[in-house]
Amino acid sequence: MVFEKIREIIASQLGKDEDEITLETNVKDDLDADSLDVFQIINDIEDEFEVSIEDPESIVTVKDIVDFVENNK
Amino acid sequence: MLKGKNVIVTGAAKGIGKAIALAFAKEGCNIVLNYHSHLDEETVKEIEACGVVCKPVQGDVSDFAFAADMIKEVKKELGSIDVLVNNAGITKDMLLMRMTEEQFDDVINTNLKGTFNMIRHVSNVMLKQRSGAIINMASVVGINGNIGQANYAASKAGIIGLTKSTAKELASRGITCNAIAPGFVETDMTAVLKEDVQNAILSAIPLKRAGKVEDIARSAVFLAENDYITGQVLNVDGGMVM
Ligand SMILES: NC(=O)c1ccc[n+]([C@@H]2O[C@H](COP(=O)([O-])OP(=O)(O)OC[C@H]3O[C@@H](n4cnc5c(N)ncnc54)[C@H](OP(=O)(O)O)[C@@H]3O)[C@@H](O)[C@H]2O)c1
Repeated sequence: MVFEKIREIIASQLGKDEDEITLETNVKDDLDADSLDVFQIINDIEDEFEVSIEDPESIVTVKDIVDFVENNK
Repeated sequence: MLKGKNVIVTGAAKGIGKAIALAFAKEGCNIVLNYHSHLDEETVKEIEACGVVCKPVQGDVSDFAFAADMIKEVKKELGSIDVLVNNAGITKDMLLMRMTEEQFDDVINTNLKGTFNMIRHVSNVMLKQRSGAIINMASVVGINGNIGQANYAASKAGIIGLTKSTAKELASRGITCNAIAPGFVETDMTAVLKEDVQNAILSAIPLKRAGKVEDIARSAVFLAENDYITGQVLNVDGGMVM
């Protein structure tokens, strides 16, 4: 559930197909996201799950985001 | 080209801000009119007479939370935010050696921090839209400095740096950010100056007249229309600074 929602947010921000995105996907390298994209994805995820991601640098893969949300929501 | 766009103007109850709000309304833009202490009902009517929406929002731009709330509300109500004009500004003039901490802080808080607060919150909206124009009110004093205005000059020079950084950060998403540097414009802000001071300033203007609020307003409309200009400071000062 959390993964599906996060995948949807990332896909819509980056204009990608959802199938391209797995837990192992590296957001910056595999999806060509620049730092503005990453911050926008973080903002949307914060709003969606009412969490606060203090250390955006710690987010590399989709799994990092899913784990963060599951541990903090 | 601007018709139907949503425009926020801060400190727009009078002076340059009001003229900017009216100029955009005449172009067919809906106006979010931020005001601080007082707003004449007439001003709202004048804007609505252009056949556009006028939404007054009272509040202090130096308040980070107020800026956040205003942007959120406008986005919810109007759907998009196409142009932000950071016009709200104050002076508290004093020679450096007698300037109080409060005089310095107040001017920095309203002028520089207020501009930051608005840009900070509107950028989320504009990034998502992948479009937008931000126009900040600087001053020739932010470029040249001025006796008795160390606080004001610092705030306006700060706005120029903020403008250029914002322009660089947001350019990849089609958002522009520019500053206008007015010279001497006839408003309440300059009416308080002594006559000899006013005359001295006038004599230093090559075009030999004070600026009108409409001169500044036209420039703001121009910058909002032209999406190939960003990171610039447009002097609208009758040639005072060149
Ligand atoms: N006039 C000039 O020659 C000149 C030259 C260069 C630059 N500028 C700049 O142009 C801008 C407009 O100046 P103006 O001459 O039109 O001055 P003005 O007539 O004094 O108007 C300034 C407006 O800003 C509002 N304001 C002040 N503090 C605010 C706050 N914290 N939050 C929201 N609004 C606030 C004021 O509302 P309240 O009165 O209710 O507080 C007022 O309506 C300023 O940024 C100024 O520095 C003016």
